[in-house]
Amino acid sequence: MNANHPASVTGQVVKPRFSASADWIGLAVILAASVVGNLLFPNNLALLTRVIGIVMLVLSVDLVTGFCGVATLGHAALFGAGAYAAGIAAAHFGISDPFAMIAAGAVGGAVAGLISGLVVLRSHGLGQLVLSIAIVNLFHEAANKATSWTGGSDGLTDIAPSPLFGVFGFDLWGRTAYVLGIALLVIVFFLLQRLSRSPFGMLCRGIRQDPIRVAAMGASVKKTLLKMYIISGAVAGVGGGLNAISTQVVGLDSLSFTLSAQALVMLVLGGTGSLYGAIIGTVVFMLFEDFVSAANPFHWLTIMGALLVAVVLFAPRGIFGTSAQLFDQWRRR
Amino acid sequence: MQSVLSIAVDALAYGMVLFVISIGLSMTMGLMRVVNLAHGAFAMVGGYLASYAVRDLGLGYVAGVVLAVAGTVVIAAPIERLLYRRIYNKAELIQVLMTIGITFCVIGIANYVFGPTLKTIPLPEVLSGPVDLGFRSIAAHKLFAIVCGLAVAVALWYLVERTPFGVKLRASVDNAPMAAALGVRTKSVYAASFAIAVGLAAFGGIVGAELLPIEPYYALRYMVTFLVVVSVGGAGSIGGALLACLVLGAVDTTGRYLVPEYGEFFFYLAVIVIVCVFPRGLLGRA
Repeated sequence: MNANHPASVTGQVVKPRFSASADWIGLAVILAASVVGNLLFPNNLALLTRVIGIVMLVLSVDLVTGFCGVATLGHAALFGAGAYAAGIAAAHFGISDPFAMIAAGAVGGAVAGLISGLVVLRSHGLGQLVLSIAIVNLFHEAANKATSWTGGSDGLTDIAPSPLFGVFGFDLWGRTAYVLGIALLVIVFFLLQRLSRSPFGMLCRGIRQDPIRVAAMGASVKKTLLKMYIISGAVAGVGGGLNAISTQVVGLDSLSFTLSAQALVMLVLGGTGSLYGAIIGTVVFMLFEDFVSAANPFHWLTIMGALLVAVVLFAPRGIFGTSAQLFDQWRRR
Repeated sequence: MQSVLSIAVDALAYGMVLFVISIGLSMTMGLMRVVNLAHGAFAMVGGYLASYAVRDLGLGYVAGVVLAVAGTVVIAAPIERLLYRRIYNKAELIQVLMTIGITFCVIGIANYVFGPTLKTIPLPEVLSGPVDLGFRSIAAHKLFAIVCGLAVAVALWYLVERTPFGVKLRASVDNAPMAAALGVRTKSVYAASFAIAVGLAAFGGIVGAELLPIEPYYALRYMVTFLVVVSVGGAGSIGGALLACLVLGAVDTTGRYLVPEYGEFFFYLAVIVIVCVFPRGLLGRA
């Protein structure tokens, strides 16, 4: 990433704009939004649960792209690895406890993060992009070939998570999965906020702004980025595991280049380098997609393309970054 | 022996089609430093226009090809002026997003105008039959693709290395402000080389339409392949792109013939190995 360039999106200096008490406000807003979502779409909780799973993926992209400045078009590899890990644990090893499945997803994602980190971080700039694409396609083809484990192009079925705490079953309405998703999102969000403010998070932001200087100060750039890749993989894996539990099927599309590119688009739409941006971008993108593509999927592509061009030209900091900037200006007046 | 030969011919034809399309991308990326993911979209536009001109308007093949290439350049020129000029010298992430956005738009519009079905470009009689090479016969359109690839490689090498325009282009790339101070109109040079790149993309899309069929998702499906070729070859290097296309075309075609159930597994494995061993591409500049 060209971090020295003044005009780069990721090159801007991000101050911790909110105090610690704002963290609790953020969590409260997530909870409130989830209740509102439940009231607005009572019959479409499956969609909302999918949104939560994808939010985890986009948060995970944000960790490496927004915080560390590593551009990636292959992050679905981590998400899909988590989904398949959770699904295989349930379908082949009889581990049907939802929390154990989520844990399997996190581990699977972290391992995939380690592998992609090791490969992707060998290169810079364009090479990084291409390596990340190659990784996600390699995972895709491998999953397609290993039919006995993954079900190949038919998808992995026979995933039957046992009831949550032995009481709340995963039914057709998806209420349990939705509540589980919200709980996971709150936990992940809380942990990531701590992470982004920790010395480690600061080090990552430092690497994005000037890797040479960080290396000169004595920190190992590559080791730090690799650690972040593993954490990012665990987050994406939790999202994948949640998706496997909620839909009870894992398809090859969870390992696709398209999903990777969409995740990056959602992140930039919301605003890179901020956890709120990742969430807002995903929610706006996916609800909008559901609304428009129900009418005509190809118009959706045209609209999304135009939207993307407009965001790059007029609001390079994304929805959250731009509105936060406007809010700051308004308050200073 | 027969199968080795047919794999070799297919690999060569596929590699050359990849080369004609990717060399334009290699130019924009190596010389103008723009990660242009919409390159495949321009190849697709070329294919659609040629199909329309030859099949629906009933023009001859040559006239259709010329018209399609010119039409694509005409379509691309305002896009360069309005959109690309703002992302020269920006970070890669911005360029990726802008050009993906353009690609999505082109896909949506192509589907709206031409519909979701495959479009063919009717070949003239000379190209539709087999050609007897003495020891065996191969499809004429594959031979045509190979010849086109070689011709493009030679012409482009001559243009960049031996003409006044090539000198200006290389000067603008190495140091744009200095070239401008010496009287080179860098913006026009950029616009001209962008037009050449787009024209080559359109030409490759038409020549390769038998191997990479024209449909709305063409832009997205092969975009990654073109990007991979450029990074493996080293952006901006004609020889590197040629080498990368031959190697990757051989790997991909051999894989498809011998172990089709693995899909593109070996293609991407080769990509990872090559990019890890040669981070700047096979023949990339430092």
